[in-house]
Amino acid sequence: MFAAEIYMHRFLLSSPVRTLNPEEADWFYTPVYTTCDLTPNGLPLPFKSPRMMRSAIQLISSNWPYWNRTEGADHFFIVPHDFGACFHYQEEKAIERGILPLLQRATLVQTFGQRNHVCLKDGSITIPPYAPPQKMQAHLIPPNTPRSIFVYFRGLFYDVGNDPEGGYYARGARASVWENFKDNPLFDISTEHPTTYYEDMQRAIFCLCPLGWAPWSPRLVEAVIFGCIPVIIADDIVLPFADAIPWEEIGVFVAEKDVPKLDTILTSIPTEVILRKQRLLANPSMKQAMLFPQPPQSRDAFHQILNGLARKLPHDRSTFLKPGEKILNWTAGPVGDLKPW
Amino acid sequence: MKLTALQQQSRRSNSFRGSSPLDSSMDGAIKSPVTIFWLVLHGLCCLISLVLGFRFSRLVFFLLFSNTSNTMTSTNLYSTSSFGNPSEPLAFQSTLGAVTSTSTSLPAMNFTTTAASGTSSSRVVVGRHGILIRPWPHPNPAEVMMAHRLIERVQREQRMQYGVKNPRAVIAITPTYVRTFQTLHLTGVMHSLMNVPYDLVWIVVEAGAVTNETASLLAKSGLTTIHVEYGKKMPILWEDRHKLEAKMRLHALRLVREKKLDGIVIFADDSNMHSMELFDEIQNVNQFGAVSVGILAHSGGDGEDETAVAQKEEEKNSGLPVQGPACNSSNHLVGWQTFNSATFMERSARYVGDRAIVLPRKMEWAGFVLNSRLVWRDAEDKPEWVRDLDEVAADEEDVESPLSFVKDASVVEPLGSCGRKVMIWWLRVEARADSKFPAGWVINPPLDVTVPAKRTPWPDAPPELPLPAGEKAVVLQEIAEKQATKTHSPRKRRSKRKHAIRTIDERVSTRHAGEN
Repeated sequence: MFAAEIYMHRFLLSSPVRTLNPEEADWFYTPVYTTCDLTPNGLPLPFKSPRMMRSAIQLISSNWPYWNRTEGADHFFIVPHDFGACFHYQEEKAIERGILPLLQRATLVQTFGQRNHVCLKDGSITIPPYAPPQKMQAHLIPPNTPRSIFVYFRGLFYDVGNDPEGGYYARGARASVWENFKDNPLFDISTEHPTTYYEDMQRAIFCLCPLGWAPWSPRLVEAVIFGCIPVIIADDIVLPFADAIPWEEIGVFVAEKDVPKLDTILTSIPTEVILRKQRLLANPSMKQAMLFPQPPQSRDAFHQILNGLARKLPHDRSTFLKPGEKILNWTAGPVGDLKPW
Repeated sequence: MKLTALQQQSRRSNSFRGSSPLDSSMDGAIKSPVTIFWLVLHGLCCLISLVLGFRFSRLVFFLLFSNTSNTMTSTNLYSTSSFGNPSEPLAFQSTLGAVTSTSTSLPAMNFTTTAASGTSSSRVVVGRHGILIRPWPHPNPAEVMMAHRLIERVQREQRMQYGVKNPRAVIAITPTYVRTFQTLHLTGVMHSLMNVPYDLVWIVVEAGAVTNETASLLAKSGLTTIHVEYGKKMPILWEDRHKLEAKMRLHALRLVREKKLDGIVIFADDSNMHSMELFDEIQNVNQFGAVSVGILAHSGGDGEDETAVAQKEEEKNSGLPVQGPACNSSNHLVGWQTFNSATFMERSARYVGDRAIVLPRKMEWAGFVLNSRLVWRDAEDKPEWVRDLDEVAADEEDVESPLSFVKDASVVEPLGSCGRKVMIWWLRVEARADSKFPAGWVINPPLDVTVPAKRTPWPDAPPELPLPAGEKAVVLQEIAEKQATKTHSPRKRRSKRKHAIRTIDERVSTRHAGEN
């Protein structure tokens, strides 16, 4: 899910858009693997990420003049963690921290996107979470296999470890899905981890993509790749590459408060609309835009990110600071962040 | 990603943070009534939360400070716990952390946090939300029907897109006659044909006369059936039977010609097994095609010395039990693969109902499919290599396989990835001549043989075996002893147990008395 930062780095290393001459560069990229600090279990720990980021910026600002020239306005960073550059997995804490002050002028490329949220700043590029392309290709089944599952979902409904009371995880939406539809034979939903997960998605018409702790999820990518219509249950979510992919036309959006009426909503969609969505999903360019293939191919997610960056060019005059002008406050933020990494 | 240990730690540290400033303030000898009050309130809240199982203090704050309208009070929904106030959980956490503040500053904090979250005016709020459950969370049958219709339509679209374009009708020809295993075989073919997604016409040719048994079987299928008779009765010898079946098939082809049925003709013998992929594959045929047929010759044979014979056969018969087209590397038809039945000849069945195995002929009819226009009297684009139906029928006494229809065997199209895929299996199994299966597969009159059950279903009742009386007494005595050893168990049961022992003793004693 978070591997986009590594693959983007690799892509840029060997990409033709890379230049070694900083004077002609439009964008500057600093690879900082903020999600690579792992717990013994292998889960990423975002607690030291702010310090990591600060130290990196300190390094580049002291060694080269390009950061101070614009205070980061022509730099971009990839922050694929749960709440982007807020560097916390808990929404309350993330909102409290806000985006790292040093990144206020930089462009952020992140998976998180929610309208009017502190952790999504204007001008950020939303990308899909990383899903392994080879693994997904290996599980393709013939397209004439009839789609016999109406609604499919595999995942947690209650996160008992972190949210024992219920009602916090997914804002109660996943729990609502379970309570309302666990007996419904049209809904194939459970918490199992079947080995045939990808194959099952290819046999389903609708795939639920509800929010979890954060509104984004790799299920969206998987649904698009496997031709299953994504049912997005996340209020105010900003979907990746919204300018390149017509999400309204290929997905179904359900408000969280309408979850109890999900079956009514889905069965009342006219047949032609569903067939049209499936036809659009079958378009290979849509699938290609969601993937980070190795080696990179045309019109893949890397291409879309570069498109997004290109659209922000040319930089307007506010990016370049007059000599001596300083905007960023280097001492802002919680005290713990100021420790060098 | 959520980390449970860290979460718990942070929660615990949260509460510790709450209590440690308290301690420090108490050490500072500021035992003001406010701090004591907060301590007591905190303790009370903890106890109540322990009982209830959730942090009910948030509920209290909600009731005290809620001034925003609750967005989830719709009449036809009920939620398990509805908190609409975004700022109050934040406020609560901060109050836990800074207990030194007095109660008057609470509303102020409340407002400041509202102001802070007010700038980010997203519709969604942080904190606890209710789990919305509708009052009748069960499927609505009308919606279920809509969903099924939708699924049907999507699958139809899939078939149109990825399956066969312009599917042609399938004409299945089955020769049959009334015998014990007819129900068995015909039901198999019927169910296979019912599952074919294309238009189907089923021509059933019955040897002898059209019977009610066959007709009633066919009526259950719901398929378009043409049930005709063929004058002669089915002979006993297998060889003659094969010949008659060929004649019956020719008769059916004459019917195809008369009615000008259009489609792909497939010879579905009633005891064969067809896979669904076969019907998809034959749609690819142009004029005359051949598929590989798996020959199941081992079954239906004598089971006793089969293993020894089987080994011997495998040594001699290195070919596969498959009949069908053989291709070279460039997928052109070069020849035919047949089943070497020489080794079986000595032990093959001669008449229907024989105990031995039934062998196929060189090339079975079932392995061929043809375009129905080939048998029409005067079709516009009939290829020159096809012989006329009447000509073939009159010519040969015994048409062994439809290859007689083609003058040159090289025009046959090999199907099923050039004969490599076997999608149809040939089998001939009939009831043994001395078998006694119930007529019409109905057991009439009902069986009157009953076997007494040796065990009752209740686990602690002693087995009701017809043992001699002495043994029964021993059994009972064992039970009595077992129960006697348990007398030192709890007080309340002692009296009952003594009572039980007493009754068993009485019974045992009476039995003894009875015996003597």
